[in-house]
Amino acid sequence: MKNPTRQLQHADPAGVLTGTHFLDGDHACCEGALAAGARFAAGYPITPSTEVVERFALRIPKVGGTFIQMEDELAASITLLGAVWGGAKAFTVTSGPGFSLMMEHIGYAAMTETPCVFVNVQRGGPSTGLPTLPAQGDMMQARWGSHGDYEMIALCPNSPQECFDLTIHAFNLSERFRTPVMFMMDECVGHMTEKVVIPPADQIGIYPRRHAVRPPGEHLNFEPDEDLVPAMAHAGEGYRFHVTGLTHDERGYPAMNPETQDRLVRRLVNKIRMAAEELVQVEEEGIEGADVVVVSYGITSRVAQKAIELAREKGLKVGKLRLLTVWPFPAAKIRALARGIRAFVVPELNMGQIVNEVERAAGGAARTYGVPHAGGTVHRPEAILNVIEEAAR
Amino acid sequence: MSTLEVLPQEVTNPVEPFLRTERIPHIWCPGCGIGTTVNSFARALLETRMDLDKVVVVSGIGCTGRVAGYVELDSFHTTHGRAIPFATGLKLANPSLTVVVYSGDGDLSAIGGNHLIHAARRNIDIKVICVNNFIYAMTGGQSGPTTPLTATTSTSPYGAYEPSFNLPQLADAAGAVYVARWTAFHVRQMTRSMSEVLKKKGFCFIETLSPCPTLYERRNKLGEGLDTMRHYKEKSKVRNGAPTSEVALGMRDDIIVGKFVDRERPDYSELLHHQMITQLGDKYVEAPACSCG
Repeated sequence: MKNPTRQLQHADPAGVLTGTHFLDGDHACCEGALAAGARFAAGYPITPSTEVVERFALRIPKVGGTFIQMEDELAASITLLGAVWGGAKAFTVTSGPGFSLMMEHIGYAAMTETPCVFVNVQRGGPSTGLPTLPAQGDMMQARWGSHGDYEMIALCPNSPQECFDLTIHAFNLSERFRTPVMFMMDECVGHMTEKVVIPPADQIGIYPRRHAVRPPGEHLNFEPDEDLVPAMAHAGEGYRFHVTGLTHDERGYPAMNPETQDRLVRRLVNKIRMAAEELVQVEEEGIEGADVVVVSYGITSRVAQKAIELAREKGLKVGKLRLLTVWPFPAAKIRALARGIRAFVVPELNMGQIVNEVERAAGGAARTYGVPHAGGTVHRPEAILNVIEEAAR
Repeated sequence: MSTLEVLPQEVTNPVEPFLRTERIPHIWCPGCGIGTTVNSFARALLETRMDLDKVVVVSGIGCTGRVAGYVELDSFHTTHGRAIPFATGLKLANPSLTVVVYSGDGDLSAIGGNHLIHAARRNIDIKVICVNNFIYAMTGGQSGPTTPLTATTSTSPYGAYEPSFNLPQLADAAGAVYVARWTAFHVRQMTRSMSEVLKKKGFCFIETLSPCPTLYERRNKLGEGLDTMRHYKEKSKVRNGAPTSEVALGMRDDIIVGKFVDRERPDYSELLHHQMITQLGDKYVEAPACSCG
């Protein structure tokens, strides 16, 4: 057993475009991936996410790496997993319909503990929906979309700067936990252009791959360290390992029995649950003494900000809780807040997804109000304000 | 190098070092031809003296999909139909690997058919070994895109009426640089073809017919596995270089076997490299051998 807490390394300067830029969220996400060390992307065109891989296709031949446009999202979402087992850091990028097609391979990545990042620039759904207009309707799909039991990590940026910063974080978490990470953007954040500051490579911390330290014969690809995460060998290194999506033992060999299933699935879930408190990232402001806390994420948090300011002008005590990590859900945070406030208000560009998580975590200690919106545009601040006023009564 | 030049004394069968013997007995039925193809594959590895640390087997789902689990190599049992795109990522991330996709006809030509034609079109440097038993055997013998007209299967109880794929023609038309067909009876020829593709650059496709006595032969009253081997022996006609349009299979017709295609065409990596050098000159940074620190 080696210590799972590992030293962060500096980013490879070849992929870091240090300087101050004017970028949209899609392009900033691509720069974040390059800075994080991603040298492989497999994609399939879909609005409003395509700009991420368009930039990657332009940049990667001058950085050193591979972009391949596959024949569909089914292919893209497993080509990247092959690349990871070949030794690369890899990601794919999509939107609603493509995300639906990728679900099987998100499960395969979780089951085979393949570190990688899936970027979803969300648009209106269901089905083909609104290809060029925003929504946040895939939040539950990101958590539960693939079959079976697993735990998920999902991050939500609300600006191009965060598209850069949190993409690096998404890669770091995927490597640390050997798990797929969902990077949940939305059309507005993806197409919004703002200042993006990219620091020098030596100021960017990179979590290195948890590579096998023992020699072939002594290493098992699915034998966990103390934090329940195993180290991995890559193909071609002499380990002669086996990887399967079947229920498997520590060697990676199929084992069709309830004991192995229990041991494996519990570990896949617990390796993330155990670290949930530490890996959850939120932004809070004005929580102290608040009667109402607005919980939001992604583009909706920027509209909520305006609504909060309007409410404060009316003398209401309103706090802000923004979720940068949506999965695992910051339940402990919500539970603690619920004891001191009257109500939560949860605006989101869907008909009510994360609001149910807030209500569950609040456990009746505070009331919960949703502000549903089917997508296609953002909320009007007044729509959120009305609910804040109702909640404050 | 870990090529076996001298066999260890305790080894009783020359292919034993290529197998995960702790996983034997395998799941294949008596009379099934998949194990025969694995034997040929192991002999091809032995003959070609491949560095076994650099040979990777990628399988999809199904009876043949289980091959990955029995070979003592880096091996991946992926999702249904997606062995080829997984292999594509693996090969591009580490070009020093010899990547072999080993899967069945349903996995490769039905659910994975789109990936088969596109990998052939790109001429990705992977080797595809397709064991064709004419049905989905793992799930109980349903019909698929290779089921011959009139054959009875669990989902064509009154006989199949959909036209079937001629797999060599499909692979040829899509751009494969090497296309061959053998049967489980043709172990030497199959071994030779496998040896050839292990040394050939580009997208290679070998179809191997296999009996499925449990589900295909039994339902169609074609006898035991041995009867099918006799059928292969009697009905097979070797026609190397035959136009692939002339090698379609029928229920009890002659079986045209042989090496149909063996040609040169720049592979994906060569085309990529050429285009980038042309456009970017010395600004082009070739993908390094991957390493994540």
